[in-house]
Amino acid sequence: MKILVCISCVPDTTTKINFTADQKAFETQGVQYIINPNDEFGLTRAIRLQQSHGAHVTVVTVGDVSCEPILRKCLAIGADAALRIDTQPQDGYFVSKQLEALCQKQSFDLILTGRESIDYNGGMVGGMLATLLNLPFVTHCVGLEINGDEAIMQREIDGGKEHTKANLPVVLGAQKGLVEEKDLIIPNMRGIMQARQKPLTVEAPVALDPRSQIEHYEKPEARGPVTLFDLSDVDGLLNALQNQAKVL
Amino acid sequence: MAVVTFIETHNGKASKASLELLSYGRSMAAATSASLVAVIFSDSDTQELKDHGADVIYTVDTASDSYFNLERYSTTLAEISALEKATLVVVSSSSEGRYLGPSLAVKTEATYLSNAVALPTAYNPFTVKQSCFTNKGFAISESLSSSTVLSLSSNSFGIHPQPGRGEVKTHPYASTQSKLEVTKVEHAQESISIADADIVVSGGRGLKGPEHWHLIEDLASTLGAATACSKPVSDLGWRPHSEHVGQTGKPVASNLYIAIGISGAIQHLAGINASKVKVVINNDPEAPFFKAADYGIVGDAFEVVPVLIEKLKALKKA
Ligand SMILES: Cc1cc2nc3c(=O)[nH]c(=O)nc-3n(C[C@H](O)[C@H](O)[C@H](O)COP(=O)(O)OP(=O)(O)OC[C@H]3O[C@@H](n4cnc5c(N)ncnc54)[C@H](O)[C@@H]3O)c2cc1C
Repeated sequence: MKILVCISCVPDTTTKINFTADQKAFETQGVQYIINPNDEFGLTRAIRLQQSHGAHVTVVTVGDVSCEPILRKCLAIGADAALRIDTQPQDGYFVSKQLEALCQKQSFDLILTGRESIDYNGGMVGGMLATLLNLPFVTHCVGLEINGDEAIMQREIDGGKEHTKANLPVVLGAQKGLVEEKDLIIPNMRGIMQARQKPLTVEAPVALDPRSQIEHYEKPEARGPVTLFDLSDVDGLLNALQNQAKVL
Repeated sequence: MAVVTFIETHNGKASKASLELLSYGRSMAAATSASLVAVIFSDSDTQELKDHGADVIYTVDTASDSYFNLERYSTTLAEISALEKATLVVVSSSSEGRYLGPSLAVKTEATYLSNAVALPTAYNPFTVKQSCFTNKGFAISESLSSSTVLSLSSNSFGIHPQPGRGEVKTHPYASTQSKLEVTKVEHAQESISIADADIVVSGGRGLKGPEHWHLIEDLASTLGAATACSKPVSDLGWRPHSEHVGQTGKPVASNLYIAIGISGAIQHLAGINASKVKVVINNDPEAPFFKAADYGIVGDAFEVVPVLIEKLKALKKA
């Protein structure tokens, strides 16, 4: 079984988000990058399938050379090979088309993306890629078992869970629940050493125009200070919620 | 020209998020002299859709399928969009809406823009404000195609009923074979989902253990609210993962969010920031959450919450 895990490099979750003075770009100065948390759940599930089913796990990212430490980290976690498609990701469609081209050159039985990236929150790469490849797709995926040629999956829905199955290949949008937080793999020394020997290949992108562009960015408006009430004045709080905020 | 909306129904009634889509779509249709098209995949109340702005209502009979079917729904919507020469298709940010959007955009060769939080600022090129960085910023984005699929962040526009023409048509359910088979759907019993709730009551590690969750549940049921929790609470197994909210959990965009015994870590705040009014109950006056809240009580949750429940019950009776 061949598995592809699509990785997005995103700002660490504690990053204070700022934009350049002209508001045209995200301020990357001093920002630490991490594996997009949703993708990390997918990667861990893939490594478990490598251990249980002898699967071969490739990680891929669409990005410039600055993403390579993140790919090395994926190799240290246990991926067998890494690929970098050497271009700036321009929008979700652009990234999906790059991945489509890769999936047409090499075939994969299971393609894992994250349910969304925590930077642009588009939640679009998995669904677009699946549609471009005409493959079944399950997002918000919180369960996956492989049984022969069949994938048995669970999708988190509003107020419940949907159980599905499909023949491989399938495309999934991973999130927490696909594996438990405590089961995420933290690279050890051996993994880090081995990662240096594993292949990290750079591929040329396919030429194409994005379908959207960001004209500028804005920060959320600053909020006013909190209004505090005493334990003896719960009535005051309820009154404010009823008559001032009008939410009760 | 048309603005097409994907309407979701529960027990024959359009969801709140769908009515919001109609209000949002009505404004866009008016600005572009387009008609507002509503598509429903069930037998339901078409009068309600007319009253909320729909000019044309397509009903699609999905009797051959008892579950949401991504392949067939997206193909059907693509057909109707082509028929109506839609330049805009709007879906809600429900789990179905956001499942459908990207696939539909590929099928219709449209641009997909997610998490719109306001009306477009221009129609040529189509330009709209989207939330990004989990509500820590906004991108003002332009669509570079002649049509756009948009997902609307819930509770960002509101419901403003304004009647439309309400012409009802039927459209056949696409017969595309789906490669995905739904075997079962489990629904949590009677609970209000976080996505639908006007009010969300959320508990953190400050509640010290699952045995104290009756406080959260009682407060939520008094308010008709959904229950939620911080990440460590679900990681510790005190509450199910489906209740985990924040940057790596579910997003919350309720009218009122009540956080009890939650410190207000940046990852938690990111996911709940889109809520309109935030109330914090925490015994540490230095808890970062107070900086992000509208109202607060510095106090012990075990003392404050019972008083709150009692006063709310009294208020309801009055
Ligand atoms: C990659 C990553 C992603 C993350 N994603 C999320 C996410 O999506 N959602 C999320 O919630 N967290 C997330 N976190 C975790 C986050 O950083 C915090 O650790 C977490 O939110 C803290 O949860 P908490 O507030 O319940 O617990 P704590 O930080 O332990 O806070 C407990 C609070 O309860 C108060 N308290 C204690 N006793 C009482 C009492 N008797 N009465 C009233 N108050 C009391 C304390 O003063 C304290 O403020 C993420 C972290 C990382 C690294």
